Amino acid sequence: MKHTINELEDIVSQVRRDIVRMVHGCQSGHPGGSLGCAEFFTALYFETMNHSTDFKMDGVGEDLFFLSNGHISPVFYSVLARSGYFDVSELATFRKLNSRVQGHPTTHEGLPGIRIASGSLGQGMSVAIGAALTKKLNKDHSLVFSLHGDGELQEGQNWEAIMFAPHNKVDNLISTIDYNGQQIDGPTEKVLSLESLEAKFEAFGWHVITSSGNNMEEIVKSLEYAKSLTGKGRPILNLMSTQMGYGVDYMVGSHKWHGTAPNDEQLASALAQNKETLGDY
Amino acid sequence: MKKYTYTEKKDTRSGFGVGLHEAAKKNPNIVALTADLKGSLKMDAFEKDFPERFFQIGIAEANMIGIAAGMTIGGKIPFTGTFANFSTGRVYDQIRQSVAYSYKNVKICASHAGLTLGEDGATHQILEDIGLMKMLPGMVVINPCDYNQTKAATMAIAEYEGPVYLRFGRPSIPVFTDPDQVFEIGKAWMVNEGTDVTIIATGHMVWKAIEAGEQLAELGIDAEIINIHTIKPLDEEAILKSVQKTGCVVTCEEHNKFGGLGESVARLLSTELPSPQEFVAVNDSFGESGTPDQLMTKYGLDTINIVEAVQKVIKRKK
Repeated sequence: MKHTINELEDIVSQVRRDIVRMVHGCQSGHPGGSLGCAEFFTALYFETMNHSTDFKMDGVGEDLFFLSNGHISPVFYSVLARSGYFDVSELATFRKLNSRVQGHPTTHEGLPGIRIASGSLGQGMSVAIGAALTKKLNKDHSLVFSLHGDGELQEGQNWEAIMFAPHNKVDNLISTIDYNGQQIDGPTEKVLSLESLEAKFEAFGWHVITSSGNNMEEIVKSLEYAKSLTGKGRPILNLMSTQMGYGVDYMVGSHKWHGTAPNDEQLASALAQNKETLGDY
Repeated sequence: MKKYTYTEKKDTRSGFGVGLHEAAKKNPNIVALTADLKGSLKMDAFEKDFPERFFQIGIAEANMIGIAAGMTIGGKIPFTGTFANFSTGRVYDQIRQSVAYSYKNVKICASHAGLTLGEDGATHQILEDIGLMKMLPGMVVINPCDYNQTKAATMAIAEYEGPVYLRFGRPSIPVFTDPDQVFEIGKAWMVNEGTDVTIIATGHMVWKAIEAGEQLAELGIDAEIINIHTIKPLDEEAILKSVQKTGCVVTCEEHNKFGGLGESVARLLSTELPSPQEFVAVNDSFGESGTPDQLMTKYGLDTINIVEAVQKVIKRKK
């Protein structure tokens, strides 16, 4: 391992501070899903992926990551900055005019680490598959990772992609579902039930693993296990249970914090629960 | 009037198929994707000679556009192929976010555009695609006029870095342009020099504009005919120079009058050189089943419609 679990947990704590401060700073954005995926992003960028912070769009010879549910941009930006893609001071410009740190991730302003725009949901898996196919054509043995919301799976394009990847043996792809059971209008089970995602993905021909996304040690192990399953003829689906808002007690498990910013008092409470480990931006 | 002749009729989609194959021979990074229409898009030769670079996506156009966008990351140049309706309206948001906004080097190649798709009817006859695509920032929009020009355009866009919409069609039409032409994106082609009126035509309407020019010559009207194959970026210089001389313009396109080439020309002229303009285009309507010729007649896209529009616009000159 490149880092100890304690070191990774310290990074996560700082990432959570960044998320709530960014969203508080512009009084908009999506803290819930961002907080729930802090361990996943930290594991991915500090432990799992072989990648370079000397950013090149083509990413030849390195692992790539695509965020499909672009609204959890705060966690993506924080981890990109904390791992060295750009200076952490730029996080203060989140969602503000003339910023590279746009509301949703985009290549348009040239922010290092972003390879596709996302925000309009359901498009990321297709893009990840495309990048994985190009890696195969280029005889590039590095991997492609992607993250998708569970509610996002209500978008039909996902199922076109989910059908395509096993048929075409896209086995250099590890897609993760942020399985938190919440979406803007309420629990997914009430809005539009997902039923058994495990059974669905398996029926489509994916190799499905389950993981616990808010346990640092477990998510690191799960991603390592997922990597060991690549190159065997099937795409890998990591069904990752998380809690929306994890790490901030008044946000945990509630869809109400999907897209709401904390006020000053709530910010103070959130920061008190997550210690400053790497220095605030 | 300069004399144009032809010895054969061919479909523009076949020009695409040959152009794609030629481009692929030169550049190993070119890949082709289709959504279950490889035969209609004339991609069979590509698949046969470059099987590892050919991707059958199935009937899933949204996924095809997304995969194409992803494939650019790592240096591939994807050409997607399906009907114009399924290349644009069906996947507009995928093109907008994953291709145009992300500025990916994807070539969206669309056959069976317009009324001349024929018997399948309005569900398949898109007349709004030029408008949809030209509104996307950074998108190049090309509608070639015959087999040779479509082949040349296909090879040219392979060399261009950035998103492109290439529109062509199903019917066999006269082959009248130079087989060895060099296609320059954004550069108008002067079909015939004249002094009384500027006829600006794109796609299948260019041959009809030539026929109209011959009829007008017999009536003593000297028409300048310009082929605008690239609707975006528009060759503003060529258009302004011509209308400066003739004082009026008729635009011709197999597209809704709203959002097409005609509106691009009107926008240019209204700001730079206000001039009388008539539109030969579909009058805000869906199409219907019929043969291509029957449909072009019924929807006002025939040679006679261009002649009449010219006579009308000349009367409006001050």
